[in-house]
Amino acid sequence: MSVEVRQVNKTFGSYKALQDVSLKVNSGELVALLGPSGSGKTTLLRVIAGMEVPDRSQNSEEGKILFFDQDVAKWSVSQRQVGFVFQHYALFKHMSVFENIAFGLRVRPRGQRPSNAQIHDRVKQLLQLIQLEGFGDRFPMQLSGGQRQRVALARAMAIEPKVLLLDEPFGALDAKVRQKLREWLRRLHEQMHTTTILVTHDQEEALEVADRVVVMNQAKIEQIGTPEEVFHRPASEFVIDFLGSVNVFSGRSSETLKGESKVYVRPHELQISRNSIDHTSISGQVQKIHRAGASAKVFVQTDNDQKVRVDVPMNQLQSLELGIGQQVFITPMQAHVFSPDYTI
Amino acid sequence: MSSTEGFSHESRDPKWVQFLLIGLTLGFVFLLLILPLGVIFWEAFRKGIKTYALALSDRNAQSAIALTLLATAISVPVNMFFGLAAAWATTKYSFRGKSLLISIIDLPFAISPVIAGLMLILLYGIHGWFGSTLQSFGLQVIFAVPGVVLATMFVTVPFVARELIPVMQEQGSEQEWAAVSLGASGWQTFVKVTLPNIRWALLYGVLLCSARAMGEFGAVSVVSSNIRGLTNTLPLQIDALYNDYNAPAAFALSSILASLSILTLIAKSWLEARIDYRSKDKEELL
Repeated sequence: MSVEVRQVNKTFGSYKALQDVSLKVNSGELVALLGPSGSGKTTLLRVIAGMEVPDRSQNSEEGKILFFDQDVAKWSVSQRQVGFVFQHYALFKHMSVFENIAFGLRVRPRGQRPSNAQIHDRVKQLLQLIQLEGFGDRFPMQLSGGQRQRVALARAMAIEPKVLLLDEPFGALDAKVRQKLREWLRRLHEQMHTTTILVTHDQEEALEVADRVVVMNQAKIEQIGTPEEVFHRPASEFVIDFLGSVNVFSGRSSETLKGESKVYVRPHELQISRNSIDHTSISGQVQKIHRAGASAKVFVQTDNDQKVRVDVPMNQLQSLELGIGQQVFITPMQAHVFSPDYTI
Repeated sequence: MSSTEGFSHESRDPKWVQFLLIGLTLGFVFLLLILPLGVIFWEAFRKGIKTYALALSDRNAQSAIALTLLATAISVPVNMFFGLAAAWATTKYSFRGKSLLISIIDLPFAISPVIAGLMLILLYGIHGWFGSTLQSFGLQVIFAVPGVVLATMFVTVPFVARELIPVMQEQGSEQEWAAVSLGASGWQTFVKVTLPNIRWALLYGVLLCSARAMGEFGAVSVVSSNIRGLTNTLPLQIDALYNDYNAPAAFALSSILASLSILTLIAKSWLEARIDYRSKDKEELL
């Protein structure tokens, strides 16, 4: 089912959490809302779930929330049938894993409630899906963080929600578990094809899991695009800066550019060499080399006193025989410029 | 300094300090708490079980016991309901003046019960603000049972709310949101999710509230005017008997009141042990 918000505004007192935000998530898509804390991404998710009400406006087209082209702005949280997963799991800790997952089925009005046997089958299926068969009798306290979050996901999916909303689902877990669950979530999505919106502040997570990424900053959407698009063709300085490390050259420091514009070059987009390659090469001195990782991080101080990070593949680092204090040239192979009417 | 610094004080304090402090505490508790309590039971039964039974079979004594239980039976559920509502309102919603409201709930802790009684007289007494209006409906509050109940309610207002607010604050409302998003109604959410999460705190608050309701003297004394067999609660009746130099009867009733309190105390310790066990359980597994 598709989900759409149109020109949504939300203010808390004098604080603007969402400013004129419009977004359409297609049916069966997995979209990540990516941004720093305070960017409004969680508020947007809660608005879609119905836990926050958008600001009212005179214009009837503003502040609309559509599920499959149907306006649901006045629907309550339970009417919207969304599966919501919280960062801190929000499992019912006085209930067993089984009862947690069965909750959404048990609270249905008598006419629509499945029989006990049906509930049992459904929960068993879901336990299998989250690879926690045999854990039905345990209590949330007895599970690890990753297991808890999987139970929370199963609980949300038990009601066969039209949309899955995940609020920093892996935010409280350690790096290894995060990585595993991320891959698991992606596989799960490919099986189920439930329209899913995931909130995260982790750019790697967003780029790896999502079909499309919505980058948010200061209550606004900065860019919507596929992971490739937002990474390789960032629409703004904020996007390039937020999606990984980047070197910023002001106009004066680079031969390639005149004027006040800034040039953004990612560490892997810089070529390091002993000799000048062309007129865009900048000379500098190696200050530090971090060798831990897939590629080495070489920190260079340019002649006009700018600190630059260059990512160099290990084998290249060896053949260059770089050392601290070495005189080198760095040459941008690719650059991103955001001053108006200027392309490189 | 040893590496266990701050871990346990036991090893650092000299033995004589430990003995002194433990002895001092025990002596204090014995002299001020256990001995007087023991004396009550001793005095109650000193003249024999017959005198004791006679004192309890007195009409006024039974009326006092009944009134105390009535005041408790009304004020505890009312305060339980109010405490739940207040805790819910102050932890799940945000509104202007919230922290002021939380402080005001504590007012009965700070105000002397005598003043509480006087305030009730000023409001509901015959010459008070609402007194004559109530009188015209044939309802007498002050120097009557309603006044006694009102005074008991006033002094016990904070007990349940005070226990619930910190617990509910800590829990936040994510579990409730989760329940609602799964399709639960407001009532289902309250009964199946909120209540189980706060049940121990709620019970604890109710117990404290009952103990206070049964023992209240000051505020009730002001509004009741000590009409024996009518507006005297247990503490008031005990005081009246004692002033009549009827020590055996006074002690007999005291033993009843003390037993009620001890029962509450036992229930409270049992609850505390349970809560403690549960929180320890949590720490170990997390």
